[in-house]
Amino acid sequence: MQLTITINGQRHSDDVEPRMLLVHYLRDVAQLTGTHVGCETSLCGACTVLMNGSAIKSCTTLAVQADGCQITTIEGLAKDGKMHPLQEGFWEEHGLQCGYCTPGMIMTATDLLSRNPSPTEAQIREALEGNLCRCTGYQHIIKAIQYAAEKMRSAKSA
Amino acid sequence: MAVIPKFVGERIKRREDPRLVSGQGIYVDDVRLPGMLSAVLLRSPYAHAKLNSIDVSKARALRGVVAVLSGNDLKDKMGSLPCVAPADHVPFHPVLAQGKVRYVGEGVAVAVATDSYLAQDAIDLIEIDYDPLDAVVDPEKALAPGAPIIHDEFGTNSVTFAQVPNPAVDEAMRKADKIIKFRIANQRLAPVPMEARGVVAKWEAGYKQLTIWSSTQIPHLLRSQLAEMLKLGENKVRVIAPEVGGGFGCKLNVYAEEALTAYLAMTLGRPVKWIERRRENMSGTTHGRDQITYLEVAAQKDGTVLAMKGRFICDMGAYLHLLTPAIPGFSGLMMTGCYKIPALAFEQQMVFTNKMATDAYRGAGRPEACYIAERTMEMVAAEFGLDPADVRRKNFIAKETFPATTAAGLVYDSGDYNLTLDKALAAIDYKKVRAEQAQALKQGRYIGIGIASYVEICGLGPSALLPPKLKGGGWESATVRIEPDSKVTVLTGVSPHGQGQETTFAQLVADALGIDIDDISVVHGDTAMVQYGIGTFGSRGTTVGGPALMITVAKLQDKMKKIASTMMEVPPDQLTFVNRTIAMVSDASKSIPLQQVVDAAYGYKQPIPGVDPGLDETSFYEPSACTFPFGTHVAVVEVDPETGVVKFLRYVAIDDCGKIISPLLVEGQIHGGIAQGIAQALYEEVVYDENGQLITASLMDYAVPKAHMLPHYELESTVTPSPVNILGVKGVGEAGTIGSTPCVVNAVLDALKPLGIHELDMPLKPEKVWRAIQEARKA
Repeated sequence: MQLTITINGQRHSDDVEPRMLLVHYLRDVAQLTGTHVGCETSLCGACTVLMNGSAIKSCTTLAVQADGCQITTIEGLAKDGKMHPLQEGFWEEHGLQCGYCTPGMIMTATDLLSRNPSPTEAQIREALEGNLCRCTGYQHIIKAIQYAAEKMRSAKSA
Repeated sequence: MAVIPKFVGERIKRREDPRLVSGQGIYVDDVRLPGMLSAVLLRSPYAHAKLNSIDVSKARALRGVVAVLSGNDLKDKMGSLPCVAPADHVPFHPVLAQGKVRYVGEGVAVAVATDSYLAQDAIDLIEIDYDPLDAVVDPEKALAPGAPIIHDEFGTNSVTFAQVPNPAVDEAMRKADKIIKFRIANQRLAPVPMEARGVVAKWEAGYKQLTIWSSTQIPHLLRSQLAEMLKLGENKVRVIAPEVGGGFGCKLNVYAEEALTAYLAMTLGRPVKWIERRRENMSGTTHGRDQITYLEVAAQKDGTVLAMKGRFICDMGAYLHLLTPAIPGFSGLMMTGCYKIPALAFEQQMVFTNKMATDAYRGAGRPEACYIAERTMEMVAAEFGLDPADVRRKNFIAKETFPATTAAGLVYDSGDYNLTLDKALAAIDYKKVRAEQAQALKQGRYIGIGIASYVEICGLGPSALLPPKLKGGGWESATVRIEPDSKVTVLTGVSPHGQGQETTFAQLVADALGIDIDDISVVHGDTAMVQYGIGTFGSRGTTVGGPALMITVAKLQDKMKKIASTMMEVPPDQLTFVNRTIAMVSDASKSIPLQQVVDAAYGYKQPIPGVDPGLDETSFYEPSACTFPFGTHVAVVEVDPETGVVKFLRYVAIDDCGKIISPLLVEGQIHGGIAQGIAQALYEEVVYDENGQLITASLMDYAVPKAHMLPHYELESTVTPSPVNILGVKGVGEAGTIGSTPCVVNAVLDALKPLGIHELDMPLKPEKVWRAIQEARKA
């Protein structure tokens, strides 16, 4: 099937099999391997990307479902060679160890902060319901998201 | 010129992170090669069945399918998957099942196609005729008369029976005020790294060169084992562990898919990729724990423990993986914990069952041991109405007595167990929280306080402690190369996969050479680049890899001092490295730039007597002994009697891992460890039904904790340097996992004590807790 998807601001038009998953389209066709597959069942969140601004699991979304949509992946967050505040926050607060869940975590956090710029610790924990991390025990991830929230708020008020 | 700061002991952001937060890390599945094929395995749906016939003709006929193979096609083509640990019965472990399947998830056939979707289609067309057999699931029944035999050639399901008897134990049992008997179960767990396993193999026929990318913790050991299985020279096999998305022990192994993918690449003449799916990961990647222990504890009324005796039943699964039968030994040897318990005896019956093999999982034997020791302290306290903190103090190995030899004959390097206990109780305000607990109980609220003091064995270790059949000992290696432009390349034999040695090792080298951390590149995980090394497991990365690195750096320092000495006309022992110069210790203004010394070493226009050209040194470091990190964790929980849900009110951890190089990374290791330990206490359990069917085969059914299921950790540390290595470090990778499990169980059982509940097996899920409360209330 023919589809057109805008990924990180770039238009992609391809002929794909109807059964192809969005995550495989991103990784194998668009060659953006920053989005990972962790469970193939929507449970771990490693494959989280933004579709029209909302976090979705790309491992259980068909590529054709994204036809005509705007997709943002981890590769699309940095602007002009400068890290997104969330990327900075994860670096600053040691929010990652093996790094495999990190792109998905950051994309989910992007969605959260777009809806709630000042989340509490409990709200962050709830928002990460669909994202598993096996290395960090989450505490530094929460600090990383708080770091980014603070930074984004002060950038807005400046 | 800007002054270069010191890095060791500072809060340094990880140097690994910029690539990982931007999606630029390269994991196995990100490796793309021209002409690469995709392999998918068909796995047994039965725990135990005879394989009558396999028909792959329809699968082979499918367009895009390049090959379909089953176990018979591989007979005599490849050796057994290795188990290097000694056992009475080590079965042949085929890459694909031959004649019989022995656990759900065992590989039966493989399809190779131009993409993974087609390979999956092919798998669906394979027809297999199975004769299901009765399965052995309960390890306590594996040796019962009439139990089905899993490996016919042995005539028994016994793997090994090991015994460490001690007549002093019987003597103590006769003398003791009380013998406390109880049973402990360390349930089977799945390691679940977020990146499952994966392999890419490439064969260059003209060069007879095999390259394997694998998500592994042990690239060199894997190379040795695969070379033997595939009958290749080790100099013709290159293993690359690229970015590895977590290991936790389950990637300290050699797997069927590693050998199989290599074989396929060699025979098909095209690169082949195999990526494990989560369902396969749950059923076909090694599990951990699964030990049952019957304990007898000889104790006095004042809380003194005189002796411990343990009878273990250890579930090894259907086959033995790399170190499977070696893991329980640590549980026996470490079961006296932080305590000067004079007499210990234990026996271990290891058995085959129709399940995935168990092997190392974060802590590997020590979490089980610590759980035994810390439940013992609680049982003694309960028996004599003593405070559990006091019972621990009564039995602690005294600070003054280190190095301390335990009843098991281990020599603990250094420790101060009272210090971490005191600090933990102070942090939690023990007296106050006990008063609050009593107050809450009057209102019908069940609050519990749990303590666990742990000690573990790390830094494996002297080579003699590792199995003789392991190609490679307990040592570690490092090469340090100062390049002609003064940038430094470090090649380490350890293979970090999240631990952050690209940062910690750079911190160490930067300080030693007076250079910036950004001048250093740490390379690991590629056997074609790095000298032979052992890998990352058992909290050995910094504990053994670190000293190997510093011994190598010292060789370079000596060489550069010699060169500088001739240039400056100052004795070498009066020189030091500071701010990219070599300077006099007494007067840093008298110095020459480091670059000039490097130029002299490489340019070598004026030969320096006794000094060869170049700046490249390698060391292999054999540790003299293991290290023993320790600490105390305290949890305060509240159990809701109406739902059985456990809620955390506080979690305090005081850990002592010796000297700290990177405080931020130490925190991260402890956080993650605590999370995994809490997971064992409250949430996780691999469940097979009575037919050996895996019930917990997805992340829907296997409860890896989410962010809202874990507490906010409050951490402090004490520093008791290890005397056994030049860095004074002890290791921290597993500490959190070891302390947290008994801490949380003790807290929950403390909360339930007023209801008369004293024992409950993990995981303490709401339903189990609720049922126990209902039954207790009925009674």
